[in-house]
Amino acid sequence: MNAPQQLLAIEGIHKRFGGLHALNDVTLSINKGEIYGLIGPNGAGKTTLFNVLTGLYLPDEGKFNFDGKNLFRQKPYVVVESGIARTFQNIRLFHNMTALENVMVGQHVRTKAGVIGAVFRNPSAKAEEATIKARAEELLDYVGIGKRKNELARNLSYGDQRRLEIARALATKPILLALDEPAAGMNPNETAALKTLMEKIRSDGVTILLIEHDVKLMMGLCDRIAVLDYGKKIAEGVPEQVKNDPRVIEAYLGVAPE
Amino acid sequence: MAIDFLKTPRQRLAVYIALAVVLAVLPWALGGLFENGKSWLRAVDFALLYIMLALGLNIVVGYTGLLDLGYIAFYAVGAYTYALLNSPHLQAMLPVWMMHPPFVVMIILAAFMAGLFGVLLGTPTLKLRGDYLAIVTLGFGEIIRICLNNLDHPINITNGPQGLNGISKVHLFGLDFGKPIQWLGLTFDVAHSYYYLILAFCALIIFVTLRLQQSRIGRAWVAIREDEIAANAMGINTRNIKLLAFAMGASFGGVSGALFASFQGFVSPESFVLMESVMVLCMVVLGGMGNIPGVILGAILVSITPELLRDAINPLQSAVFGRRVFDPENLRMLIFGLAMITIMLLRPEGLWPSRRRKLEIHEHEEEATA
Repeated sequence: MNAPQQLLAIEGIHKRFGGLHALNDVTLSINKGEIYGLIGPNGAGKTTLFNVLTGLYLPDEGKFNFDGKNLFRQKPYVVVESGIARTFQNIRLFHNMTALENVMVGQHVRTKAGVIGAVFRNPSAKAEEATIKARAEELLDYVGIGKRKNELARNLSYGDQRRLEIARALATKPILLALDEPAAGMNPNETAALKTLMEKIRSDGVTILLIEHDVKLMMGLCDRIAVLDYGKKIAEGVPEQVKNDPRVIEAYLGVAPE
Repeated sequence: MAIDFLKTPRQRLAVYIALAVVLAVLPWALGGLFENGKSWLRAVDFALLYIMLALGLNIVVGYTGLLDLGYIAFYAVGAYTYALLNSPHLQAMLPVWMMHPPFVVMIILAAFMAGLFGVLLGTPTLKLRGDYLAIVTLGFGEIIRICLNNLDHPINITNGPQGLNGISKVHLFGLDFGKPIQWLGLTFDVAHSYYYLILAFCALIIFVTLRLQQSRIGRAWVAIREDEIAANAMGINTRNIKLLAFAMGASFGGVSGALFASFQGFVSPESFVLMESVMVLCMVVLGGMGNIPGVILGAILVSITPELLRDAINPLQSAVFGRRVFDPENLRMLIFGLAMITIMLLRPEGLWPSRRRKLEIHEHEEEATA
């Protein structure tokens, strides 16, 4: 078996909001091709870490390397260009655009037609536009909502909106797909379907970083899991190991009285 | 899209041809039907200039969702760029080769200068949205006007409040637009020739807007309006795309301003007051933000209605009261204001909204009844 190949490595990341130390010396690494889970109680800093990884927040200190590139304090579009795409905990679609348009916007970073191309529609701009549309349709089919491509994002059901967000993120051609609580508010059937989708995405060569509260889902899906509490990483390892870690149990349930 | 109800290309072509014929004969029809047809034609020329302005502002406000209350500044930049290089005012100071450049060069220059000012306004305001941005742009518009008003000393550049006089008319294809042109036995007065010239530029700007709307750039603009953080996280360089919106919007204003300066033959800071910015914004909002036909309709209504009322107000007063009770000028603007309030109350999404906008406005009603 090949040795795991490191894809993302962050080291000693700190993020402070005034007096709040939201991320305190967080170090973790994700290997190519794995599904890496991130769990922790509410307010532990999971989403903050996501925002730092995708460039929406600038970390105060630390190292951030991805796929051989230094992304420390880089702009979001540079991060996306390097191959990290994300979804949001509270769905952030372009609500008044159709499903198709949403996924077309996702391809912005991989295409380049400018004003000249738009106005004159030269052959290369025309071809690019056709490719964008074809690929958007393909991606909608891939996540299973191809039939709803002309509906406005706002009119899709909750589960479909989550899928659309994944399709839009995949449109940026990511190496690492970061999903922030994709199963939140889903019923067991939808969750099972989502799990299948994530496994499909992984088998197509995309590494996945996943925040989720559904412990059962995480245990069955993730290769490795890290646990955050009060901005610190308190455990990391294979699911079984993490589940039995006394510090994790303490973080979630508190300490048993003597 | 603009014309959903015209399904087949043939139907669409027929409408376009009909529209072209109407627009082509409009000046002659006005001249034949009304005794003051000339002043009506001038009003139409101005309406066309306003269409360009409204379409430019629509890129910033309608597509990208950035509220700009100082848009008229770009109109001013275009107008003064044209005026300075085509009037006797700076003749003594500028080298000869700079004066009276060819018309095409002049238009490109006006668009470029306005676009440059668009970037100047855009750069410091990138982080602002909504009300905050509105305040800053309002200030910017006033700064430009006040600069134009005061740049007559120590060096007299803009000639201050007196404005610039004697701006030369357009010379194109060997034709002097300042004199009546004879062609095919028809006489084209200044307002006539300018009508066709402005109409051509108007068509060009509509075309460019349409193409931009259905492109990667247009989608990125709308994405920023919908959710800037998500747009950012999807890899859109929001800084550059917003600056592009400011620059494109401003350049339309610049073209319109240059045409205005040459048509009018005179510019002064008075033409570029805050009220003008507000009127252009009204055109965009009242017509239907983000929808090209809507914005055009808004520009026509808002610029022509006061002129219509000017003619209709006194006969109306004598019909209702039997004599003139109110000052016609005040009454005219009162009726105009009331009409705008009524329209916005009845159709908050504008007269001819885009599908997007319509849904956005009525979203809460749906939720309330659901």
